[in-house]
Amino acid sequence: MNKKKPAAIGLLAVGIAAAVAALYMDITKADNNFRGPLLIIGLTLLIMGIYFFPTRKHRKIINALFLLPLVFTFAVTVLIPFASGIFYSLTDWNGIDYTKFVGFSNYITMFKSMDYLYSLLITVIFTVINMIFVNIFAFSLALLCTSKLKLKGFYQAAYFLPNLIGGIVLGYVWQFIFNKVLTVAIAGSDSMLTDPNLAFVAILIVSTWQYAGYIMMIYVTGLTGVPKDILEASNVDGAGAATTLFKIKMPMIANTFTVCIFLTLVNSFKQFDLNLAITNGAPARVLGDKIIQSTEFLALNIYNTAIGKNKYALGQTKAVVFFVILAIISLTQVSISKKREVEM
Amino acid sequence: MRAQKRKRLITEIVAFIIAIIVLIPFFLVIINSAKSSADIVTSPIAIPANWGQMLENMKNVINNQNFSYWSSFGSSLIITVVSLALLTVTSSMAAWVLCRNKTRWSNFIFMMFVSAMVIPFQVVMLPLLSTFRGISDFTGVQMLSSYKGIIFAYLGFGGAMSVFILHGFIKNIPYELEEAALIDGCTPERTFFNIIFPLLKPVQVTILILNGLWIWNDFLLPSLMLGLNGRIKTLPVAVTSFVGSYVKQWDLILTAAFLAMIPIIILFLFAQKQIIQGMVEGAIK
Repeated sequence: MNKKKPAAIGLLAVGIAAAVAALYMDITKADNNFRGPLLIIGLTLLIMGIYFFPTRKHRKIINALFLLPLVFTFAVTVLIPFASGIFYSLTDWNGIDYTKFVGFSNYITMFKSMDYLYSLLITVIFTVINMIFVNIFAFSLALLCTSKLKLKGFYQAAYFLPNLIGGIVLGYVWQFIFNKVLTVAIAGSDSMLTDPNLAFVAILIVSTWQYAGYIMMIYVTGLTGVPKDILEASNVDGAGAATTLFKIKMPMIANTFTVCIFLTLVNSFKQFDLNLAITNGAPARVLGDKIIQSTEFLALNIYNTAIGKNKYALGQTKAVVFFVILAIISLTQVSISKKREVEM
Repeated sequence: MRAQKRKRLITEIVAFIIAIIVLIPFFLVIINSAKSSADIVTSPIAIPANWGQMLENMKNVINNQNFSYWSSFGSSLIITVVSLALLTVTSSMAAWVLCRNKTRWSNFIFMMFVSAMVIPFQVVMLPLLSTFRGISDFTGVQMLSSYKGIIFAYLGFGGAMSVFILHGFIKNIPYELEEAALIDGCTPERTFFNIIFPLLKPVQVTILILNGLWIWNDFLLPSLMLGLNGRIKTLPVAVTSFVGSYVKQWDLILTAAFLAMIPIIILFLFAQKQIIQGMVEGAIK
């Protein structure tokens, strides 16, 4: 053990020296591209030194080192941006820095702006309808896929396939279908995407088409988990297909329903890729004396406010509110499902 | 008996028709990427007269400056593979420590990971850009429009869910296994890498699939961090910038979409069962 000690101390010393040198270069603004790599090398040596340092607390050191990579990246990419994001929403931040603290004025501007309220409204409508559609389709498909079929594997794979391709690519494909294919198929008709209400329906169709296959597979897993002897017993007792479905299968997979409803709820609310690729918010709609993007859901509204219109502080404020709404949805859902678990 | 047979036939037909309907968009992509732009506008549903046109279109798209298929494909591959490799190792290590040490700190860190799963990307995306810009200024390590930056970000965003799933799995591995190894004089790090890590394989497959699909198809993060016309482009970003510069050139756009779909469809054909199972298990846990 003791032979290791000098080596470990050496590593520690070199590591600290390198890190300090890098930090010194940074403070003195030395124009040197080497300081970044130097800092990283220094920190790596430092960590190696700690690792090899012989001590009785070895286990604790290992624990800390094992946690370090993920906790560090997590802190830099999630925690710090999250905290500073909430702070930025209270300032006049322009994406790079801020000049003054403005309190809640961003929040007030946001709730007074028609386009935001409209986005919020159609996002909620979209979420509710999409959640219902996806779950009804997915559950029906799951019932279909768990009945006796010859090409069961093929059907499941086919229904699942849209879920594998990213929303962006699928969005462009469907934009083509709505603009070119359907207008030719139903000769002389206008594209659905030019009418505000139909464009909303168009996104709904694609979203259901893409997501139902995935939710279906979760229902399939739930349904195949229902014990066979119970189903046989109900069959012997003379229960019809409908009775078995409503009185046995559906109550038995109540948990699966909770999971699926939660997933569809959260994912519909966060819809972005399809929205961007199919309509990008268009067409415009006149509401009162304002012109509003008719299919701009919340996520796209945030993106367009910050990136498109360069209003970073306002975009960030909308994002914070977006988070609060999602957190409330998630927490409500979790507490409901917890209650149900207790009952079972 | 006959009634039952007829019922089965009807379900079979219904299932088949639905499958056809679901697959129609893919079919349309394939037939239309074998047409010239004039043919697409006049007859988008017709079977192409000349399939050779598909190779022609593909050649045009692959060599196009805005799409640069091979380099985008390569970038997507590098980002996905490296992120997944790092994510699997680091989240396994973290989950193991968090599961086997019942201290206040480990509880706190675990709860932090779990609660962070509620945070949508939108709320951190803008400050993330400024944080990364700050790191670049401070250390000189280029975080924006570079591989290391985006891989670092995926590690942070994928970590929470991975740790959560792994944590649940490790809980069920008997602790006696590790105790025996420790008594035999095994160091904790060797216990982890030689005994626990191999046992985690089934749940790691789930994590690989869930994160892999997400990272491969992600658009928002790479478009913000790498830029729509940056040096490095992932496939979804490349498709978008291609569409942006060739508006309404549907022959080229659909061919590009087709080329972007091919890798994942091929992968799906080979690992169908694992992919479906992995995604479903990830959702249930």
